[in-house]
Amino acid sequence: MDDWFVFIVLILSATLRVATPLILCALGALFCERSGLIDIGLEGKMLAAAFISAATASVIGSAVTGLIAGILIAQLLALLHGFACITHRGNQVVSGVAINILAAGLTIVFGIAWFKQGGQTPSLPPEARFMPIEWPGASALRNVRVVGPLYANLVSGHNLIVYATLLAVPLVQWIVKSTRFGLRLRAVGEAPLAVDAAGISVTWLRYRAVLICGLMTGIAGTYLSIAQNAAFSRDMTAGQGFIALAALIFGKWQPLPVFGSCLMFGLFDAVAVRLQGVHVAGLGEIPVQFIQVLPYVLTVVLLAGFIGSAVAPKAIGVPYEKEH
Amino acid sequence: MPSDLNPPPAIELKAIDKSFGPVHANSAVSMTIARGSITGIIGENGAGKSTLMSILYGLYEADSGEIRIDGKPVEMRNPRDALKAGIGMVHQHFMLVDTFTVLENVVLGAESGALLRQSLDAARSEIERLGGEYGLRLDPGALVGTLPVGGRQRVEIVKVLYRGARILILDEPSAVLTPQETDQLFDILRKLRERGVTVILITHKLREVMAVTDTVYVMRHGQVVAERRTAETTREELAELMVGRKVRLELGKAPPRLGQPALVAEGISLRDARGVSLLESIDLTLHAGEIVGIAGVSGNGQSELLDVLSGIRPPTGGRLIFGAREITPANPADPAEMRALGLAHVPEDRLRYALVGAFGANETSVLGYHKDTPFSGPILLDHGAISTHCAALMERFDVRPRRPALRSVNFSGGNQQKLVLAREIAPAPRILLVGQPTRGVDIGAIEFIHRQLIAIRDAGCALLLVTVELEEVMSLADRILVICGGRIVGEVAGPEADERTLGRMMANIWAGAAENAASAPP
Amino acid sequence: MRGRRSLPRWAEIGLIPVVNVAIAFLFAALVVLAIGANPLAAVRILIYGAFGYPDAIGYTLYYTTNFIFTGLAVALAFHAGLFNIGGEGQAYIGGLGVGLVMLAFDTTLAAPLLIGLAILTGAAFGAAWAAVPAYLQAYRGSHIVITTIMFNFIAAAVMVYLLVNVLIAPGSMTPETREFATTAQLPFIHELLALAGITMASSPLNVSIFLALACCVFVWAFLWHTPWGFELRAVGHNIQVAAYAGIKLRRVTILAMCLSGALAGLVGVNEIAGVHHRIILNFPAGYGFGGIAVALMGRNHPVGVMLASLLFGALYQGGAELAFEIPAITKEMVVVIQGLVILFSGALANMPRPWLARLFSALPRRARTPVAGEA
Repeated sequence: MDDWFVFIVLILSATLRVATPLILCALGALFCERSGLIDIGLEGKMLAAAFISAATASVIGSAVTGLIAGILIAQLLALLHGFACITHRGNQVVSGVAINILAAGLTIVFGIAWFKQGGQTPSLPPEARFMPIEWPGASALRNVRVVGPLYANLVSGHNLIVYATLLAVPLVQWIVKSTRFGLRLRAVGEAPLAVDAAGISVTWLRYRAVLICGLMTGIAGTYLSIAQNAAFSRDMTAGQGFIALAALIFGKWQPLPVFGSCLMFGLFDAVAVRLQGVHVAGLGEIPVQFIQVLPYVLTVVLLAGFIGSAVAPKAIGVPYEKEH
Repeated sequence: MPSDLNPPPAIELKAIDKSFGPVHANSAVSMTIARGSITGIIGENGAGKSTLMSILYGLYEADSGEIRIDGKPVEMRNPRDALKAGIGMVHQHFMLVDTFTVLENVVLGAESGALLRQSLDAARSEIERLGGEYGLRLDPGALVGTLPVGGRQRVEIVKVLYRGARILILDEPSAVLTPQETDQLFDILRKLRERGVTVILITHKLREVMAVTDTVYVMRHGQVVAERRTAETTREELAELMVGRKVRLELGKAPPRLGQPALVAEGISLRDARGVSLLESIDLTLHAGEIVGIAGVSGNGQSELLDVLSGIRPPTGGRLIFGAREITPANPADPAEMRALGLAHVPEDRLRYALVGAFGANETSVLGYHKDTPFSGPILLDHGAISTHCAALMERFDVRPRRPALRSVNFSGGNQQKLVLAREIAPAPRILLVGQPTRGVDIGAIEFIHRQLIAIRDAGCALLLVTVELEEVMSLADRILVICGGRIVGEVAGPEADERTLGRMMANIWAGAAENAASAPP
Repeated sequence: MRGRRSLPRWAEIGLIPVVNVAIAFLFAALVVLAIGANPLAAVRILIYGAFGYPDAIGYTLYYTTNFIFTGLAVALAFHAGLFNIGGEGQAYIGGLGVGLVMLAFDTTLAAPLLIGLAILTGAAFGAAWAAVPAYLQAYRGSHIVITTIMFNFIAAAVMVYLLVNVLIAPGSMTPETREFATTAQLPFIHELLALAGITMASSPLNVSIFLALACCVFVWAFLWHTPWGFELRAVGHNIQVAAYAGIKLRRVTILAMCLSGALAGLVGVNEIAGVHHRIILNFPAGYGFGGIAVALMGRNHPVGVMLASLLFGALYQGGAELAFEIPAITKEMVVVIQGLVILFSGALANMPRPWLARLFSALPRRARTPVAGEA
């Protein structure tokens, strides 16, 4: 019985770790999409941030510097997206795809040029990473029934970014629901004309949304390379940016449901990893590709089953032009 | 204290000039509007009234000229400047966020701080005050999307007053109201005037100008052509000034020669995905050789009726009998089949439904018929036949410029409408459904279109005409059915119709609506 | 819309795309500089690598073939208002289809029949891989961009599984099938030319380039000369017209995506039947995404796609040479260029418009040139 409990706690703990980049990306995209801009480029921003933060941390030796660098590059790409879509009213999907492809190419081109390791960055020592933080008394309590594993594995032992992400969720909820900025943000995604007529700058609102998205995807990318792992490797985002987008849609663009769907993806992934190599009666060993493919299949299934009831912000995807 | 014998006018416009490329929208326009008055600015579509007001409100900048508010010259670069000068505008198309409450809509852009709580509380008490003082009753917690049109307009007015506007510009406010709701609006405007608020009313409805304004400016082709004190002029004089010539209100049509029933609707009803009733128990019969007009304030089910009759949406109840074909919810017909049976449709919003802007006139001329011979063989389109067809249509309906390759979006509104009408009339349909045939169309084309509709009526077609312009339906229709809240509430013979009766019918189900300001729609 | 009136038609069609691409390459040059190489030298090597020696042209055209297929695929979907990013996966599965036919029948069927069947199957498999996202978009409103990307990932996993566990050549260590019999191998162009007495250096260029050109003609004819193409373009411009005009939107969506997937699937004909003669891993190698750049650069018109494909084919081939000569520049540089082209020809396509309009209005007026606005 105890073993099962520990097993479940470990899975939940893994869920948090896996879900963190998804939550960050999805919440960032929430701001962007609620303001009326489609953001397909989460993947690219996250990848670029992962690379730059790992590269910076490797050269300078500080995780925080890496984080700042990761955030800056993601915001730069976010501004590019804003420039194309807000200022030049370009096709938002195309812009996002362009950013993804650019990031995929540039991270490797610069990675090879700077570090000559085939696209990887050098392995980082613990000082240059966000290491798990042990809460006081965690190891002492570890063997206490129920409370011990919960405290030691689920509450304690995560890195700073995971905790920050958990705090970010209620913060985002509060910003969207209870601040002036949140009101205007929601308005501009539903009726930009109303916002413009009220004398508020649609452009500035959307740029701010885009910058927030850059901030959060930057943190997500940094997490991938210098918190969850110890270096950047090629294409390490592996589609998580798109999964975050699916979670956003499944969560109907509301912060708490989005948080829930990200956790669900994380849980799924955590369980799937443990199924690797396991024999299923009658079918033999579960192939590793099956495990790898599950999150993508789940994304498709989600989008297929529930999109009918999810209503996107009304003005999404339509570049704003002053009506004459 | 400034002498009340000569307070400076609330607004002075001096020689305002504005061009958009080759279009000279405003030409040396000068106006003086006294404080605490209601001034009407009338003119046809394209006369320049909306442009002028947009300049006053800061949405555009004039090319030259001066604006003075309360005697002081003011620069209007954006709506913020206008708001600061105390000007508020209630637009024709409401600038509201449907998913927000009344409170949130009022507060948007006029919040008192970074946290919402404060702003919402302040707005709530202000809304109550305004409700009492001016009769603008609203439920602050109601979702704007669920409010009736009159309620939404009240929200727009409250928004403007909440921001301390002392000058109110209303752009075609009664376009979406029943005559009774319009009267309620005018009561509100009179109360505002009593308290020294200056009101500018842009409209092309002469009845309203006569009813509520003190002064009228008439605009035509971007210029002010006349200024009158309302008490000293008449509707006829204003109509002439607006159009510039004697207005022919009679089209000289012969009485209809009724043929067989072409389309019979029995108990048609339509519900949307959420179960909201859009049409209820519609019975109507269209005979060959007659024009049946559907009058009603926009938003009462006319658009949905056209959708059902044309096959775009299947009915959820009742049946349609079209010759040998019986159309029921279980056995619906799509627009392609309806066309094949002999029904043609000129939709209300041509840019959205009847045209592909990027297609040339030739491809547009076969839209909906592109699979028929001779335009299409078993596999390939026959571009030669299409070009010939387009040329013939353009010739017959005098569509200009005579360039079949020109993108349809580059034709003027009137020519687009003529092209669509020509396309739908060309196959000599047995039934023609027409929605808002002269919306956004210039005067010359309007007369042409009206005459064409009468001509095909005389040739034996059964026409259903949906329009919000009462004058249009009264001059064209042989019978007028009034639709309100998704039901046909009355029928009047064409020659006997008058605005008062129709207006009362249009508000039929809303008896008692005057008391309930923010009641849900029926 | 308003801006379009101020530029003459030839500038619309020819100049703006060229300016877009030029800006993209300018930024590419900046990246080259940033990694410490000389852009001008790089360009010289690139051009030489693409056209400068006998094999080069063959290789360039071989890459061009793939880009034509994927470029047409994306362009056709764009005309219907759909963004097909699933070219990689559709090409991969299309190749699977080609390969399965070859493996099953290469000893029993004669070459023409075999190849014909393989082409049809490749197209069908590609279409099928696009059909599920298409159905989900049409009937459930699922965003096609996300679903097609997911299907790319799924295709990769499926192919790895199949090649490692099911289709692997007996006794082989690498995940690939056995080689096809010679009847199942498309003739190389240099072989054909040799039969006619012309010597051409050997390259992977094979007869599938004729298939690609035929597809260009097919797409052109389909879009502008058939009623289905008419409907496809109509709803691509304006979805609401569909209901009014009696166009079945869902059917058109699925038709467009399946044709698109079929075109992408034909990459398999080139790669599997034409070059490798077995099913191997990762043969789509970025052609799917390249197709997006090609379609945008070519303004979604078959002629434009052909020209843009040639450019990208040259980039690929020249890029290989470049990676050889300047080790600092790897093949991912081409990915960067693809991204820049998509950015400047796609999202920022209208950026040069105001500058060009000002330029044109400053020039002295010549005799009436037809003003843009013609459809």
